[in-house]
Amino acid sequence: MNTEPKPSSATDVADAIADAVRTGARLELRGGGSKAAIGAPREAAVLDLSELSGVIDYDPAELVLTAKPGTPLVMIEDLVASEGQMLAFEPFDHGPLFGRPPGAATIGGVLAAGVAGSRRLTAGGARDHLLGFQAVSGRGERFTAGAKVVKNVTGYDLPKLATGSWGRLFALTEVTLKVLPRGRISVSVAADGLRPDQAQHAMAKALGSQADVQAAAHLPAELADPSLTVVRLEGFGPSVAARAAMIRELWRDFASARHLEDDEAARFWTTLRSLSPLDDGGQLWRVNTPPSAGPALVARLAPHGVRWMFDWAGGLTWLTFDGDPAEVRTAAAQLGGHAFLIRAEDTVRRRTPALHPPQPGVGALEARVRAAFDPLGVFETGRFLDVAHAD
Amino acid sequence: MSLVMPEPDRTVLDRRDTIVAALRLMIPGEGVIDDVRSLKAYESDGLTAYRQPPMVVVLPETVEQVSAVLRFCHEHGVKVVPRGSGTSLSGGALPLEDAVLLGMAKFNRILSVDYADRIAVVQPGVTNLAVTRAVEDRGFYYAPDPSSQIACSIGGNVAENSGGVHCLKYGLTTNNVLALQVVMIDGEVLRLGGTYLDALGLDLVGLMVGSEGLLGVVTEVTVRILPKPETARALLIGFSTVEAGGQCVADVIAAGIIPAGMEMMDRPAIHAAEAFVHAGYPLDVAALLIVEVDGPLAECDHLIEEVRAIALKNGAVSCHASESEAERLKFWAGRKAAFPAVGRISPDYYCMDGTIPRRRLPEVLARMNQLSQDYGLGVANVFHAGDGNLHPLILYDANVPGQLDRAEAFGADILRLCVEVGGVLTGEHGVGVEKRDLMPVMFSETDLAHQQRVKCAFDPQSLLNPGKVFPVLHRCAELGRMHIHGGAVPHPALPRF
Repeated sequence: MNTEPKPSSATDVADAIADAVRTGARLELRGGGSKAAIGAPREAAVLDLSELSGVIDYDPAELVLTAKPGTPLVMIEDLVASEGQMLAFEPFDHGPLFGRPPGAATIGGVLAAGVAGSRRLTAGGARDHLLGFQAVSGRGERFTAGAKVVKNVTGYDLPKLATGSWGRLFALTEVTLKVLPRGRISVSVAADGLRPDQAQHAMAKALGSQADVQAAAHLPAELADPSLTVVRLEGFGPSVAARAAMIRELWRDFASARHLEDDEAARFWTTLRSLSPLDDGGQLWRVNTPPSAGPALVARLAPHGVRWMFDWAGGLTWLTFDGDPAEVRTAAAQLGGHAFLIRAEDTVRRRTPALHPPQPGVGALEARVRAAFDPLGVFETGRFLDVAHAD
Repeated sequence: MSLVMPEPDRTVLDRRDTIVAALRLMIPGEGVIDDVRSLKAYESDGLTAYRQPPMVVVLPETVEQVSAVLRFCHEHGVKVVPRGSGTSLSGGALPLEDAVLLGMAKFNRILSVDYADRIAVVQPGVTNLAVTRAVEDRGFYYAPDPSSQIACSIGGNVAENSGGVHCLKYGLTTNNVLALQVVMIDGEVLRLGGTYLDALGLDLVGLMVGSEGLLGVVTEVTVRILPKPETARALLIGFSTVEAGGQCVADVIAAGIIPAGMEMMDRPAIHAAEAFVHAGYPLDVAALLIVEVDGPLAECDHLIEEVRAIALKNGAVSCHASESEAERLKFWAGRKAAFPAVGRISPDYYCMDGTIPRRRLPEVLARMNQLSQDYGLGVANVFHAGDGNLHPLILYDANVPGQLDRAEAFGADILRLCVEVGGVLTGEHGVGVEKRDLMPVMFSETDLAHQQRVKCAFDPQSLLNPGKVFPVLHRCAELGRMHIHGGAVPHPALPRF
């Protein structure tokens, strides 16, 4: 694999992409490399954006932060935390999932991959927090989209396209994010011993109540005996206390709800981010479905020996197993969802696309949109195994 | 008016009768409107300064009919302007002389509600408020609440990415839509997104929302619904300077509070509103702030006291907390009636919609007042203060020759000012035709070309709502050209887009 010289400015990025346009080279855009093992093995040269690092502007009262894409995620999280704020979509570092040391994830990588954690359920995802950006398209041209204010509808919402684009449209060179105040306190209320369907029902009931739940997740008995169903409540003290009382009342029929001690709560939510109980060497999948379909998904895959956990009130199932990838894809699709292959051996990744295949018409439209930004396929590295729009 | 729309295609106008006849085969009875008097009802939307009757109006009732109409228009090179309820304040649904106006009003059914997964599937012609009405008996509501919510349609909300007074806390339309059914210009029907969070590929739902009817016609919308907060309370706070009010807003946010709504009015708006609805607003203040908090009662009571302390620290000259629902609604009555109230003190008014970084508010208001003097036209200001979204209302009289032109020039200067201080041309009303020619103030030619190539990926002949959003209509072939220097074109066999 070739590695291009690391660009240290947007101009360098534009030059590198323009060079690739001239020579017909393919470029893989990379931040910290924490997600490099996602997708098919490939040969493309790497355009390493990690030197494009640093916070450009941060005004807590405006709820806006502008940074270069190679800025480490932890650096941004520490900075906003020092002002009592947060990235509400709760992004996390994928590096440890692949045996890499933590801390490599960059803000650009997090956005390009659309990474969001437990609070995504109620606070929105990466897509909901990227306000604007500067980038270099596959034409080698620098351009700007969105803006640096929290409310804007001027022109197409290209920041939505940027999140989850996996570096296939353009190279980000600057990003502006919406940041939000962090809740003064956080309380986690748990119910023990619920079956998956009961747990999903309990979480749905909590989210349908006035308790203003921020996150809801479930570890089954295979991972936490007895099973653990937890909702997280964040905010001001009197509010959180009142909402915790609401949850206990709501959950009276299920099990005696209890407050998790702070360290137990921290361990639980860290488990949801680190996915450590699923570190068994099997394929790791992220399956998005309607929340109510979560229990059916795991019941259907149970004969294949899956290990799993629910986040997003059952709408996100992390699972690991050793069977035929088609089993997961088919189950997810039939239940109205989709499945992303996060981690697998090379042989599996060579034949199984990481992204769930779209409906044909949608796939064709996606290819046309990619071609709009990258007509020569500079960013088509084969990582996603789909039919490239230009090859 | 100085607005230049795309030149009408004579060959289409010459074929009008055959086009109407063909449309009648697709849509029966009253679903095709072509008599001059009835067409006049569709000649403008909420931006009434611009009027143009369409060539013909079609009001389909089924997805198949929408698909058939679009396929026909695509094959015959006929332009299409989609329309929801026609409440756009930026002229997004302004007809074209040679275009089919595709009205979605008959798509007015709520298809399903799923309380367990907290979603509703609705047709695009359903009004914004009707979604809430359909789910409120179970304690739910649909969060985005544009001020036109009685009339505006969900399809229009999707096209414009509509907001409302609660969007700082609850988001715009884009943050509350999960899936769309879209008919493409060639008639293809696509489902984008689903009843899940996060797209499986590119976020095409996110791209469609706010695309102002230029990319496709939405025929079904899946929205998130939320449990209605237990209660809401509001504070009515007066300041003797705009600066103090602005600082109070910044301090509330800095204290970690995201209010459900945070609205500010300046002196002319306060006086107009108070004279109209007698909401009990203080008249001796320069800025009036309404801060609403919602959630459990304990939270509201706590936050009301925190905000009160911040207000007093910033020198508030009056500060009242609502002690009842009736009182809270009274606080809002003046704000919600601000536009018609201004309509009483001026024959006409022109509503602007820029967003600025909040810290620049005092400076922007001062310069706006200077512009007001220069143009000889009054201006009243209401803001969504939490997110820096300004709604200056320019007062003018359309019957006085030249005043409309002056009002438009004044408005354009305000929007240039918003961009100059780091803000944007539109926070929630959309670009439409109104701000189209100002797009180069905010975006370079290269920026706009990147946006227009997205349009080409959806609608290569530019038949859907042409003349909106983009100041120059480039042909897609021209936009797709690549200039490559110093080397051979790679992959010479490839078709170039």
